[in-house]
Amino acid sequence: MSARFWILDVVFFALLVAIAIPFGRFLTRVFAGENRASQRALGWLERGIYRVAGVDPAKEHSWTAYAGLMLLFSLVTQLVTHVLLRYQHKLPFNPTKLDAVPPWLAYNTATSFTTNTNWQSYGGETTMSYLSQAVALTSHNFFSAGVGVCVAVALIRGLARAESPTIGNFWVDLVRVHLYVLLPLCLGYAVFLVSQGVIQTWQGPATWTALDGTQQWILRGPVASQEAIKMLGTNGGGYFNANSAHPFENPTPLSNFVQMLSIWAIPAALCVTLGDMMKSRGHGRAVFGAMAFLGVVGILVLGYFESKGTPLLANAGADLGTLGHPGGNMEGKELRFGIADSALFATVTTGASCGAVNAMHDSFTPLGGLVPMFNMQLGEVVFGGVGAGMYGILVYVILAVFLAGLMVGRTPEYLGKKIDSRDVRFAALYALIPAFSILIFTALGLMTEAGRSGIANAGPDGAPVPHGFSEVLYAFSSGTANNGSAFAGLTAYSPQHPIFYSLTLGLAMFVGRFPLIIAALAIAGNMAKKKRVPVGPGSFPVEGGLFVGLLVGTVVLVGALTFFPALAIGPLVEHVMMHR
Amino acid sequence: MIKNLRACLAITAILLVLCCAFYPAVVTAAAQAVFPSQANGSLLVQNGVTRGSSLLGQTFGDNAQWPEYFWGRPSAASPDAATSVLYSSGSNYGPLNPALKDEVEARVKALRDTGVTGPIPVDLVTKSASGLDPHLSPAAIQVQIPRVAKARGMQEAELRALIAEHTEAPTLGFMGERRANVLTLNLALDAKRPVAHVAPAPASSTALAAPNAVTP
Repeated sequence: MSARFWILDVVFFALLVAIAIPFGRFLTRVFAGENRASQRALGWLERGIYRVAGVDPAKEHSWTAYAGLMLLFSLVTQLVTHVLLRYQHKLPFNPTKLDAVPPWLAYNTATSFTTNTNWQSYGGETTMSYLSQAVALTSHNFFSAGVGVCVAVALIRGLARAESPTIGNFWVDLVRVHLYVLLPLCLGYAVFLVSQGVIQTWQGPATWTALDGTQQWILRGPVASQEAIKMLGTNGGGYFNANSAHPFENPTPLSNFVQMLSIWAIPAALCVTLGDMMKSRGHGRAVFGAMAFLGVVGILVLGYFESKGTPLLANAGADLGTLGHPGGNMEGKELRFGIADSALFATVTTGASCGAVNAMHDSFTPLGGLVPMFNMQLGEVVFGGVGAGMYGILVYVILAVFLAGLMVGRTPEYLGKKIDSRDVRFAALYALIPAFSILIFTALGLMTEAGRSGIANAGPDGAPVPHGFSEVLYAFSSGTANNGSAFAGLTAYSPQHPIFYSLTLGLAMFVGRFPLIIAALAIAGNMAKKKRVPVGPGSFPVEGGLFVGLLVGTVVLVGALTFFPALAIGPLVEHVMMHR
Repeated sequence: MIKNLRACLAITAILLVLCCAFYPAVVTAAAQAVFPSQANGSLLVQNGVTRGSSLLGQTFGDNAQWPEYFWGRPSAASPDAATSVLYSSGSNYGPLNPALKDEVEARVKALRDTGVTGPIPVDLVTKSASGLDPHLSPAAIQVQIPRVAKARGMQEAELRALIAEHTEAPTLGFMGERRANVLTLNLALDAKRPVAHVAPAPASSTALAAPNAVTP
């Protein structure tokens, strides 16, 4: 791996920490209503919204009410999107005269964006009108990210409070995250992206006569405004089919670097918020450390295997050295990013539940492609989705503390709160539900004709090969983990088979989102009620190296035990075949 | 319940206006005012004629027919049948896919047929992620210099100087690869030493496979 690879990754992590600390402190103030400077500017709007909506900001919700309102909001906004997609042909801002989005695809897409997955069974440029992109889809880029942060903050509140029946006001949290965090940041971010070459226009396609005399048509549209929240909200649904590999979405190495930082910005900042709100900055640092450790391992493995290239390319006569060119496995990668910026991007986007791609994961080397898949199967806790990564890792913290308690034979206790059987039941559900969804739907996909027909990479005469298995496993890992990236050779929607993947992936995305949020909120409610016992010498420390090791061990163990057999059939055996 | 529904509908409506009307409108206004060229696609306009976008690569249906231009990276992008817009895509070939081997071998052979004897950089024979990659590595450009020099009747040193003008270094020394923009380079070639296009007799064995997108 080149010197550039190491410098890039070191600078990336240094900047991530530098951003996370002040940003996390700011988030703490926002959710406590103590962000005085920004309230002076926008407080009138916040209060106006509560008045129009008839919301009393001082009245807090129990965990069940919080969960109910979250579900209501998600349902209403999903319906809005579904209707807009079905009727886009009758609505304005449709310069290429696209037809309505077909029913199953509309269901799948609406679910996908509502759950912060942004799995795309379609190519943007040939399916979505400008209005669908800017309203039906971009709205959820904001809303689903906002909901995620709300849930994370509610869970932290539940852990931090004692003897409280409530965990916050859902509407207040939701309005604040949009007004003070997402919208202001995106305004500046989107304009920066335009400066790099990301387009932002309502004009129709551009056309020209290419050098070889053929006429080319390139779709345009309001891309930068969608791109900014796509990254910052860990959504990942691209305007174009090629996503952040398309030069109009990600034109320069600098735009690429900032996009990577923005994916992890809020998840990393929430670690700082966690430390602040629980009055234990060491705990916030430890959680950050565990996430960063898993991220670094992924980057190194992915970078190593992609930079080595594949025997197939070498045997076909391509030079994989690095004299005057990036070398390595360049199939499905953009030259301006090379191996280093592609490997880092792939780890960042799948560690978080973003799912934007700047290289085609389907063409990665077997073990290079294993990294994104395993990141998703760990439950998106390598920084994770906006909010989702934080509530996910906190469930694993509870499991880790519980396991540590079992090992030493004491009642497990987490920062002064005793962990009881109800907490552990919900935490276990949280860990098990995604495993069932991924493995059972993958099996279903392989056992049915409709499932197998979507596979692109097959052996001679269509014989099944490990890579085809990986495509299906990747799809359900991505859907369940609400990531949205793909081994994109898989055809998840075709007029011949409109239902199978639309329905199963739709269910996987739903199961990977709402039951888990309810489990997290249930833990929040249960924890908030409890008395706090003073932290004593017998309490398990939730900071420092020992705890980081235990947390990483818990996350990896649950993931590895569950998914090792599946990974063995897919990428591992493919790696062995490659070097046969 | 009614109260909650009212709150939900009102907040949804207000957030929709803020995030999906106000926000894109402000960004568009700012973008068009401050960065009009970038906001509309970084179009390259010569004498009032749009020649392409400096961000998007252009491919030749059959490279062998166009020896006077530098060839960019192979592409899996293709025009959509219904709307004609170019559909961006990678090949999505897995690392062991036999089709990948066949295609790379064919491209290597096509280059060898033009007289390339040294190593052939991997980026010149693999498809990019978007199918619209405008760049090549310096090494991938250099192996094409003898062919282009011959077709245009130019000195190789002249071409090297031109390539250097169109080569960008990694941003701040560590972001992204050293790269040359193939389209702007080709347009500069045409400006400096125009040649009438005469396609050599087709040699079907050296023709590259047509772009073969795997639609996701």
